[in-house]
Amino acid sequence: MLFRVAIAFACLFIIAGVAGQPAGDTALAVQQTIAPVTSLIATNHEYDNGTGIDLIWVPSIDDRLAPSRVTGYEVWRSVVGGSGSRIAELPAGANKFTDEQCSRESTYVYSVVAISVAGNAVSISTAPIQPAREWINLHRLNLLAIAFLVSAAVIYFIQSARSGKKLFVRKIAGLDAVDDAIGRATEMGRPILFIPGIQDMDDVQTIAAITILGRVSRVVADYDTKIKMPVSRSLVMTAARETIKASYMAAGRPDAYNDDMVSYVTDEQFGYVAAVDGIMVREKPATCFYLGAFFAESLILAETGNSVGAIQIAGTAMPAQIPFFVAACDFALIGEELFAASAYLSNEPKQLGSLKGQDVGKAVALVVIVVGTMAATIGSAWDVTFMNQLWSALKVVFQTN
Amino acid sequence: MESGLMHHVALWLAAFLTLGIFSFLYRDNTWYKVCEAIFVGISAGYWFVAYFWDNLYTKFWVGVWVTPMADRPDDWYVLYVGAALGILMLLRLVPKVGWISRWPLAFIVGATAGLYLVTYFASNVMLQIEDTVRPIFGAENDAPIYEIIGNIVVAVGTFTGLIYFFFSKEHRGAFGRAAKVGIFFLMITFGASFGYTVMSRMSLLIGRMDFLFSDWLKLIK
Repeated sequence: MLFRVAIAFACLFIIAGVAGQPAGDTALAVQQTIAPVTSLIATNHEYDNGTGIDLIWVPSIDDRLAPSRVTGYEVWRSVVGGSGSRIAELPAGANKFTDEQCSRESTYVYSVVAISVAGNAVSISTAPIQPAREWINLHRLNLLAIAFLVSAAVIYFIQSARSGKKLFVRKIAGLDAVDDAIGRATEMGRPILFIPGIQDMDDVQTIAAITILGRVSRVVADYDTKIKMPVSRSLVMTAARETIKASYMAAGRPDAYNDDMVSYVTDEQFGYVAAVDGIMVREKPATCFYLGAFFAESLILAETGNSVGAIQIAGTAMPAQIPFFVAACDFALIGEELFAASAYLSNEPKQLGSLKGQDVGKAVALVVIVVGTMAATIGSAWDVTFMNQLWSALKVVFQTN
Repeated sequence: MESGLMHHVALWLAAFLTLGIFSFLYRDNTWYKVCEAIFVGISAGYWFVAYFWDNLYTKFWVGVWVTPMADRPDDWYVLYVGAALGILMLLRLVPKVGWISRWPLAFIVGATAGLYLVTYFASNVMLQIEDTVRPIFGAENDAPIYEIIGNIVVAVGTFTGLIYFFFSKEHRGAFGRAAKVGIFFLMITFGASFGYTVMSRMSLLIGRMDFLFSDWLKLIK
């Protein structure tokens, strides 16, 4: 009996002793504290404008447990001599971060805080680092090499054209219709409407349109047909007036040229469309040219032109608008045909050489697609080492980042 | 009260102009001509004001005269280059030296071509090739049939499409037949794109109808 009472007292003593322990007892604290991240290193982010710093670290050892005791990480940054601030919150498992909001004039120090329910652990700070910018992005050397190859081909063909060599460019369907369409307008005594898209002179499609305008206006000047050209950009108006004027002078009829042939309407897309639609139904042009960069207005213009019975010749490289021109116009220059037409009609060495140079690039792409697809397919289907190596090499050459 | 009145006036004016533009669907008429003139006039004025405040004031004036020297970026002085080009452009108004206006035009065309070259090349050439070249039967040789067909369509479509846009050779013989396949692919793509874009155009029409029947006539709540 005495023995049982002694056991009972001993139990009560132990229970009371455990319950009376403070919350921060060593045994419990060891269980809850987490380890900080280690090996935190800050390096300059390569090939940028001096605005990035890369951070890499070894995650907290408690982040490797299953389940992880780390709930996330915070990245803190301070400018040397200034106060720190939190710049990012990352999930558990993260081991790198790029700070892209740096200034080249400042020096920074970073630390990473491992977060857990029980408490946080701050890492040792990095050494001070100042971002630097690089002039050349060596990650894109492959891009440079291919651009050089195509550029060299372009320069070669331009020089060939300049030296008098005849460069062959296949006939483009639809271009024959240009002269016929202008002749039709002449016979009907109605004007020609030329719409050069709604983009400015910094768009290559507008430049191609203005080049074709040179040829169209030359025929217009020869036939003494009227041409009307409402534009939505002031620079295009300037360029178009100069082009038409040059054509009239080349045709020996400078007196017939009039600045009113080209008129500025508005930069606003649908305001321009409303005005052009009005011109179409009032002046009833016999021929409409839509050449250049178009957006949502393409079908509105083409349908209105169709409703007044005009012959319509269109060309654009805007993929979403080509279907509308194909459906609503009599002739459509699809994508790059617009630039080819510009080169074909102008017969200018620079444009012809450029077109031929691009064909070299396309030939290379054709070969790469055939060889690459065969290598990838054979390599993965039959595990042929050489084919796999070839595929890997092509991937390296044509990778974009 | 006044704002409520103005709201109603604006609502009726917007409805009047919307219906005026819609009236063109019937035929050209005076109502449409009035709306067209208002639209063109206001938009031209709007863009003039927008360009003035966005470029001349916000970029140049504020950048050169208002921003304290300490807050300016390293290369703030390039704003003077832009201003100089703008002045050269305006020389077009002086007939004797109007030819100088071609210089800023040449600068714009050349600089833009250079800037676009990298992104154009990366997205339209490199990425296209990178995405086209892939194992037909999948990387692990276990692709499902629909993926195999998709890979073949991508490879053949890109190959024949490129042949169609090859201008240094006449489209005759096998080359011509491949180009014909290419144009078939293009037309099918255009058909799909046509349908997709028509859908987005319909949403624009629905937006205007919603304005007329909900905001103006209150027939839809």
